Amino acid sequence: MHPILLIVFLPLIAAIVAGLGGRWIGKTAAKTITTGALFIGAFLSWPIFFQYIGGHADAVVVPVMTWIHSGTMTVDWVLRVDSLTAVMLVVVTTVSSLVHLYSWGYMEEDPGQPRFFAYLSLFSFAMLMLVTADSLVQMFFGWEGVGLASYLLIGFWYYKPSANAAALKAFVVNRVGDFGFSLGIFGTFLVFGTVSIPSILHAAPGMAASTIGFAGMRVDTMTLLCLLLFVGAMGKSAQLPLHTWLPDAMEGPTPVSALIHAATMVTAGVFMVCRLSPMFETSPTAMHVVTWVGAITCFFAATVGCAQNDIKRVIAYSTCSQLGYMFFAAGVGAYGAAMFHLFTHAFFKALLFLGAGSVIHAMHHEQDMEFYGGLRKQIPITFWVMVIGTLAITGVGLDVAGGIGFAGFWSKDAIINSAWVSGSVAGTIAFWLGVIVAGMTSFYSWRLIFLTFFGEPRWAASEHIQHALHHVHEPEGAEGAGHLDHAPAHAPLTGTGGYRPHESPLNMLVPICLLAIGAVFAGQFFHGIFVGPETAPHYWNGIISFSRELAEAVESSALWVKLSPTIAMLIGLWIAWNNYIRDPSAAGRFVATFPAVYRFVFNKWYFDELYDRIFVRPALWLGRLFWHGGDEGTIDRFGPHGAAYAVGVGNRITYRLQSGYLYSYALVMLLGLIGAASWAIWWAK
Amino acid sequence: MIGLGAYLTVAAVVFTIGVLGIFLNRRNVILMLMAIELILLAVNINLVAFSAYLGDLTGQVLAMFVLTVAAAEAAIGLAILVIFFRRQGSIAVDQVNRMRG
Repeated sequence: MHPILLIVFLPLIAAIVAGLGGRWIGKTAAKTITTGALFIGAFLSWPIFFQYIGGHADAVVVPVMTWIHSGTMTVDWVLRVDSLTAVMLVVVTTVSSLVHLYSWGYMEEDPGQPRFFAYLSLFSFAMLMLVTADSLVQMFFGWEGVGLASYLLIGFWYYKPSANAAALKAFVVNRVGDFGFSLGIFGTFLVFGTVSIPSILHAAPGMAASTIGFAGMRVDTMTLLCLLLFVGAMGKSAQLPLHTWLPDAMEGPTPVSALIHAATMVTAGVFMVCRLSPMFETSPTAMHVVTWVGAITCFFAATVGCAQNDIKRVIAYSTCSQLGYMFFAAGVGAYGAAMFHLFTHAFFKALLFLGAGSVIHAMHHEQDMEFYGGLRKQIPITFWVMVIGTLAITGVGLDVAGGIGFAGFWSKDAIINSAWVSGSVAGTIAFWLGVIVAGMTSFYSWRLIFLTFFGEPRWAASEHIQHALHHVHEPEGAEGAGHLDHAPAHAPLTGTGGYRPHESPLNMLVPICLLAIGAVFAGQFFHGIFVGPETAPHYWNGIISFSRELAEAVESSALWVKLSPTIAMLIGLWIAWNNYIRDPSAAGRFVATFPAVYRFVFNKWYFDELYDRIFVRPALWLGRLFWHGGDEGTIDRFGPHGAAYAVGVGNRITYRLQSGYLYSYALVMLLGLIGAASWAIWWAK
Repeated sequence: MIGLGAYLTVAAVVFTIGVLGIFLNRRNVILMLMAIELILLAVNINLVAFSAYLGDLTGQVLAMFVLTVAAAEAAIGLAILVIFFRRQGSIAVDQVNRMRG
């Protein structure tokens, strides 16, 4: 039996046992089963990864069972393991198992723990199905499965209206993307007659430059298919303009944000583009679109991230921005760099999220950085791992002696350099945006660190802290409405207020520290197999369209190209340091000088308001039209209500006829008799 | 010799009076009973007239039965009327509408 079967299906079994049997086996057993299943998966995944690194393994296809056989359509449950899947296996099982462990501490006081862990394991199963898919239909199964798990976990605290709204938003926005994805699958089946990914990729170059009728026009077949599939990727990976659900998804518990909305699920779009890279290679137009979307999202999300105050939203926009990096890397043909950034990003972004969770835990569920400050002495371990995560995401490293640096240094520089050497217009613009965003990434990441851990404590003004000081400890998630009542008007606006933050328990710190190791070394150790011009072609082995020429060009690109992200990073760091450490009033002065810019960025470029006007309100209006006009005004009116009314009217008429007077009955009898007799005599011949 | 037509005319006139007596009568139930008697009487005239005309005694026998039934009906009707008057204190036809739903 291939270990992939255990890796994929143990989380499913654990989810079923914990989810359906949690009531009987108890929360400790449910947590142990799910966490154990994921750790087994992680321990089995790393050897697979190393087998591919060592070049000792080919792509393996493990049949599970038959699924759909209908006409020429054949889809079976098949698990595919190759070097691309191996990367995702490692990422998913590692981050998922660490997040499971972290949740032991973070969700300690929550009453719904078996449900939470069951959802987490269900998510892991669906994600593993996605990454091991051998056919587009099976990938779609995993795709929808992770969407479902995401919905369930965002809305985990179902008693919070904001969480329900966020869960719905995530689901609905993803439907838009999934509509494109499913159209792409249908179109692919129409064109290639199969949904098996290897067959499609094999046949794709032959279909280049052919045309297909779509919406009354002749369009390039491969461009159409790739763009439709990419719409799915945009939805799942929160790319402009389908990004709006990701920041709202932060309503979910923080471990969920770390696992689903940072490390794994949102990277599914990148994975899909890389998996289908030979297909995308056949359409330069589609590649340009991918580059543009990635670059613009990268820039947009970074600007918004600079102005947010909620610690989780900063990291959420950061995720959005980093996904933009991955997409424009894929768009310029640097699939290896995209997967590399996906891999390193999983470590440092999960680390940042779990670190933020640790801060939130310490600060009694306060998420607003306005109320943090001076925390580095109180929670030193969290502080140091967050600094490591920040060093990793901002790409700190030196280009000497073959290079030495944190994870993000390797992957982000590979992406930015690839964009430059690709030479296309889109690539060049992506390069400059990428460099600017590198500076902005540095700014918002360090801003987060400085606001949270440095300066004077500003805790006393926080409602959550006041709540903690004056009330008994409440379970996580119980915050929300009602807290406003507790904000005392006389409280001092700065200072500790007498609150003592507590460092997180060991079961939260261990996962963070393990991820910190990944954030430090993942780039250094693995850059060769992902983007190295000598080693990467052997590793990828044709699984993705790895361009050796591009990788070599990146290696020998000009020094200023290589240094520019680092310089931008240092500028961002300096601005953050200047604004939040040296002169804490500088940020306020900037806002006062450019209030319009600040408002625009703070309000997320008004995307939510725009969508509210364009989509939400017309949809509500249309819904009301059909509700009042269609359902109530037509169907109900002429259907059930109309029938009931007609019966009533008939009743009123017959009621009058029934006078109760004998003589009128007799008259009617007589008339009837006369009628019947007349009929019998004259007409019934 | 008075012909069959004359008898039938009388019977029709009496029958019509009886029927109208039921419908147009608004005063009391006794009149209604009397109207029914008129209708039966008209039937009897017809029966006897046809019996004599056809030379068949069956019609006259049947007329005797009708007379008997009419007498019984009048007795029962009057008995009901007495009880009804005791309950309602009135036998005005306009107030007898307890069958109204």
